[in-house]
Amino acid sequence: MSFCSNTVNTLRRAGVLSMLAGLMFYCVNANAALEIEITQGVEAGIPIAVVPFEWNGPGAPPHFVSDIVESDLKRSGRFDTIPRGDFLSNPHDHLQVNYKDWRLIKAEALVVGRMQRAGANQYQVEFRVFDVFKSKQLTGFRYNVPGKSLRKLAHQISDIVYEALTGERGAFDTRVAYVTLERSPTRTRYLLRVADSDGFGAVTILESKEPILSPAWSPDGERLAYVSFEQRRSMIFVQRLGDGKRDLVSSYQGVNGAPAWSPDGRTLAVVSSREGNAEIYTINLQNKQTRRLTNHIAIDTEPAFSPDGSSIVFTSDRAGRPQIYRMRMDGSGVQRLTFEGTYNARASYSPDGKRLTMVTNQGAGYRIGVFNLDSKGLLVITDTTLDESPSFAPNGAMILYATQQGGSGVLSAVSADGRVKQVLRFQKGDVREPAWSPYNRKL
Amino acid sequence: MRNKTSIFLVIILSLTVAACGGKKGVKDGDEEGVSTTALGDGTGGMGSALGAGGDLATNNKVYFEYDSASVTDESRLLIEAHAQDLLNKPGTTAVLEGHADERGTREYNLALAERRAISVAEIMVAYGVARDRMQTISYGEERPESLEHNESAWALNRRVVILR
Repeated sequence: MSFCSNTVNTLRRAGVLSMLAGLMFYCVNANAALEIEITQGVEAGIPIAVVPFEWNGPGAPPHFVSDIVESDLKRSGRFDTIPRGDFLSNPHDHLQVNYKDWRLIKAEALVVGRMQRAGANQYQVEFRVFDVFKSKQLTGFRYNVPGKSLRKLAHQISDIVYEALTGERGAFDTRVAYVTLERSPTRTRYLLRVADSDGFGAVTILESKEPILSPAWSPDGERLAYVSFEQRRSMIFVQRLGDGKRDLVSSYQGVNGAPAWSPDGRTLAVVSSREGNAEIYTINLQNKQTRRLTNHIAIDTEPAFSPDGSSIVFTSDRAGRPQIYRMRMDGSGVQRLTFEGTYNARASYSPDGKRLTMVTNQGAGYRIGVFNLDSKGLLVITDTTLDESPSFAPNGAMILYATQQGGSGVLSAVSADGRVKQVLRFQKGDVREPAWSPYNRKL
Repeated sequence: MRNKTSIFLVIILSLTVAACGGKKGVKDGDEEGVSTTALGDGTGGMGSALGAGGDLATNNKVYFEYDSASVTDESRLLIEAHAQDLLNKPGTTAVLEGHADERGTREYNLALAERRAISVAEIMVAYGVARDRMQTISYGEERPESLEHNESAWALNRRVVILR
């Protein structure tokens, strides 16, 4: 991995990266669950040096926390990680830091730390973040965690570093849900998986020979609603991640699709065609009562709640082509929001409720757009042609979506301003239907 | 266009009814299935009217335009032949599987593909097939016939498959 980062950075420094901008360029890590491919360079990332944490102990630790932190920061697009080979010293605490060494290599920020064994399968990890220009420590913490929590801890450290340096909350300690399709001449297999936000630690929570789609996280991050065709037609299930138990919540005649959680986690908005046409309903998950919200001969689908729970946006082709509409929670006050483009669908809110991300076609293919609810402006932030399923990170900084590359589905993340893009290349199968989780609970 | 379609429909319906009328088997307890016989005054067989060809088991796909659930005149002939066959075989049923191409969102396509299956079912009903003899299922874009990503693949994937 460090070889890889070195290569990228050396090339970037040599000015070669811009020449390669139009080419496929990615790094392979044999142990990685995914490969990260920066498809669009970072112009204004904060130059940061992450010194490999000192390891005091026999053998190797289960995870090198500093490697994960460096990779997270790089992946965010907000940082330009300086290659380790350029470092003039390798400090591990504040007493060892010589700020001059870091000014010389143009680092603006510095992360140092230590790891050591603290008992049977228990580890002590400490880290500090420094502002090189101001020659001062910004923050620092020490932890005691079991080996299996090291990776999660590393993401939490990344979140702290990110917030200390950008002023915004990080979203590294989060998860993604997605569906992979493995197709061979002898079998077809759909897997619903949950992984860390960097693609590691993937766990399959459902396996089926039939399609799975539209995974949606509950606001507490403990359940997933999804559509499964396991009984040869679409039905909606809610599954608890902790114990794998699940409930069938919508299996009416016709289509059952597009589950979306209310912010309080008590209600699901779904699509059902039980009355002959795709309409949006809510289901109270406690008493299973349903309520019909739309009533139109057009297709009404893909509901999404506003973060304050006051309204629902949805896709409707009532004006001829799919466009985004908004209604109140009781289905009243329907208002069309999008007018640009021939196809706008699958909208969902940013965590602050001020923007929507959606699939948009303005004549050049299906791309990801960000719609500003105040200005009504629609910014197209991708340049590929079969982009789908966008969702905001819980901090609103990035959008995760699915696209096609080399004839296969891949996941990609783009900064909400479209400036930084990266492809997350899961190694097996056709990957689709990503959904970014809410914030995780802390360790 | 609309005129042409309706004249066409009348002819087809007449042919259908003529063909049905000759068979006692239509009275199979499927009351709705025989309700259209009142229209019947056509003559002649249906073989020549059917551009769709003979083998219904393999000639069972109705294709659609992009983001549309409208059945073309040509497809109407095929649907009519299947409707006729259902009427000829009382007690049999059909599954109408709706599909969409990969463009656009999966959930919209799930609804669109269902609308296509329902369009086909509604035409079958117009020809006299009882609605409860047909089951509509939408697979959205999940089961493409062609796995390629181009116009000709998409054209093949926008379909309703009539399974008997």
